[in-house]
Amino acid sequence: MGRAVSPGGARFKPGDCVRVRNDDRPGHIRTPYYIRGKVGRVERVYGEFLNPESLAFGGDGLPVRALYLVAFNQGDVWGAAQGPKDKVLVDIYEHWLDAEK
Amino acid sequence: MNDGAADPHGHEHPKHELSNYAKRIYAIRDLLCEKGILNEKDIQRQIAYQEARSPANGATLVARAWVDGAFKARLVADPKAACAEMGLDVASINEFVVLENSEKVRHMVVCTLCSCYPRPILGRPPDWYKSFNYRQRAVNDPRGVMREFGLDLADNVEVRVHDSTADIRYLVLPLRPKGTEKLSEKELAQLVTRDSLIGVMDPLSTLPNS
Amino acid sequence: MPRGHHDIGGLPGGGPIDQTEHVLSDWEILADAVNQALGEKGIKRTDEMRRAREEMDSEVYRSLTYYERWIASMETILIEKKILTRQEIDSKLAEFEKKWGEP
Repeated sequence: MGRAVSPGGARFKPGDCVRVRNDDRPGHIRTPYYIRGKVGRVERVYGEFLNPESLAFGGDGLPVRALYLVAFNQGDVWGAAQGPKDKVLVDIYEHWLDAEK
Repeated sequence: MNDGAADPHGHEHPKHELSNYAKRIYAIRDLLCEKGILNEKDIQRQIAYQEARSPANGATLVARAWVDGAFKARLVADPKAACAEMGLDVASINEFVVLENSEKVRHMVVCTLCSCYPRPILGRPPDWYKSFNYRQRAVNDPRGVMREFGLDLADNVEVRVHDSTADIRYLVLPLRPKGTEKLSEKELAQLVTRDSLIGVMDPLSTLPNS
Repeated sequence: MPRGHHDIGGLPGGGPIDQTEHVLSDWEILADAVNQALGEKGIKRTDEMRRAREEMDSEVYRSLTYYERWIASMETILIEKKILTRQEIDSKLAEFEKKWGEP
């Protein structure tokens, strides 16, 4: 269940530029391979959710993680874009994001 | 032992012809019931729950949004509440986001990692949505996919592909086609295909069978 | 870590989208219902089922149909949680197969 982010709980806000981490660890990961290392912009903060990486192994999913809607220009992800404004948007947990200038 | 007398009325194969895993679900079901972990009522309830859900629910929401601007605003702002207004049971959906199309923007939804889909509204996803080809191509060839469904967009339209990687479930609110001013709400709902709610195509512009 | 066999967004070689749809078989409807019922009772989580599918042998993953993958992962998780054993399932299936007749 998504809960409202606790005060001071979300590192990022809409408009922030973020880079997806390239962590290469095993387990149940919901950050797709194609988006790792890419730079995008936060569009929404969805709230805090139990961590699926823990839930997948019978864990309690704690601590909750903030979840963001991050938009990426298609050109930045694939090196080419079919339409110049086209985007791919991915729901990404906070621990997979770093701030990008 | 339940040999299938109360089984769902899907497409029936003689059971000895089923594949290995297909057969195993019958064994698993029986064991779970024998051990009191599930009972037949639980299973029948889930079957009924699925049967009650279909793209018609999405079409109802969209048609109302097309004729009632205030409802449309409520639908986008708080989709679960708007569904409740229309008598749709979405208690089991955690987070639900409506993506509004416009002349300048089209949305498309995929789950590249598995097949997440807004089942509590739309029912089961179509086979193609779950296919490897769709899951591979939706994110890097959305316009190619749309063309296969008959939608060809100008370059200056923004195509936004959502990959449902977490608990958020997405529903596309398609753009009302031009020339539909005289249609009733019920008729408008007929224009809203399941595939337009996923975003691979625009809604129909004329009534089916017209 | 090599890329998971489920993590296929953007991989090259994707072909045309086959838009034909099949009417669900009895066993598929049953698999769907048992899966949902187990989830509703809190016996397993969707995240666990996904993980089980990700951990499958890759060739098996690609060769099974959608609901076959669900049944395989359901079996894995139920065994992992010690709710059922492989032997129990095999025995029950053997009983059924006797009743259903040989292929």
